[in-house]
Amino acid sequence: MAGIAFVGLLAAKPIFDVISRAEDPKKAAEAQTAAQTQTKWGMAIKIANCKDGCTDCINACNTIHNVPDIPDPKHEIKWIWDVNYEDVFPEQNSPFLANSLKGLPVLVLCNHCDHPPCARVCPTAATWKRAADGIVMMDYHRCIGCRYCMAACPYGARSFNWVDPRPYIKQINPDYPTRTKGVVEKCDFCEERLALGLIPACVEACTEKALVFGDLNDPNSDIRKLLATNYSIQRKAELGTGPNVYYVI
Amino acid sequence: MYDKGKIIAGIVIFLILITFPIWYLTAHSQTSHVPQLQAAAGNECVESTSYMLDNHMKLLDEWRTLVVRDGNDTYVASNGQEWNISLTGTCLSCHNKAEFCDQCHTYEGVTLNCWSCHFAGY
Repeated sequence: MAGIAFVGLLAAKPIFDVISRAEDPKKAAEAQTAAQTQTKWGMAIKIANCKDGCTDCINACNTIHNVPDIPDPKHEIKWIWDVNYEDVFPEQNSPFLANSLKGLPVLVLCNHCDHPPCARVCPTAATWKRAADGIVMMDYHRCIGCRYCMAACPYGARSFNWVDPRPYIKQINPDYPTRTKGVVEKCDFCEERLALGLIPACVEACTEKALVFGDLNDPNSDIRKLLATNYSIQRKAELGTGPNVYYVI
Repeated sequence: MYDKGKIIAGIVIFLILITFPIWYLTAHSQTSHVPQLQAAAGNECVESTSYMLDNHMKLLDEWRTLVVRDGNDTYVASNGQEWNISLTGTCLSCHNKAEFCDQCHTYEGVTLNCWSCHFAGY
């Protein structure tokens, strides 16, 4: 009888291990310290600064990153685009929403979450949270096109290439690869420009200074100063994804 | 043995047909197509020619990992020289896809998927 119980315990051990996968408090503390010292790129969007009908940031991004302009909405590819205020912040809706916010186009892009659900579900680690600066990266070489990440992302920030995108790119930028049919793509905070010491293309293109980019871990950065002095909200923060794009209303 | 003549004639015809490419080339006194590699524009490659001949695919794989996954865009060659890791920026600044890469790959029937994303010119 004792033997059977012992065998039963042995079999159950892996299950216990999974259930009791609590983090070692010491390791967690170390990770916390590391998180405070390393860079954490983030963006703040001052939605009131956006000019009516201006798409400078979107155009700059699309041109630099070879984002195709596919007319069929089922096939379209989006890195940064605009959506009505009510749809960007559904939880903020009230019957008496300020007139200035009703139907106001608000820029949306990948939130480069602290806990990205897309990276968690990716079976090939083709998308992952880069430890050094918090960018949610894409490795198009590894993407198998399963689209789990698209299902996981609560922001719809990811697009799938249903067709070869090249015929839909007006002028290919030879310095940046296009994507191919069968892979998922999204905004990568211009990591290729950050590597050269440049700011993201959308931030650079904005003449109204509506986009502020910087290190959220640096209390003296422009973005931290802006957030310290203004009321800001994040998209669907209640989901616990820890989005790093802030909206100054 | 029945039909000895027909069988032997058939075998001879079969052998002639199957070795036709050899006869044909001998008759034309030329070898089959060989890749014609155009000399690269630059003075030196990131590694020696013999190394690149054997290992260019491994090197490109290593570059891909370094730049995409490790965020390191500098390759230190065996002679200590540093190179920017970029297929289109570094490799293609000397080599032409059609006159260099495609020559051997087409000849050997190697199908690459580099160019479905990396842009090698119109």
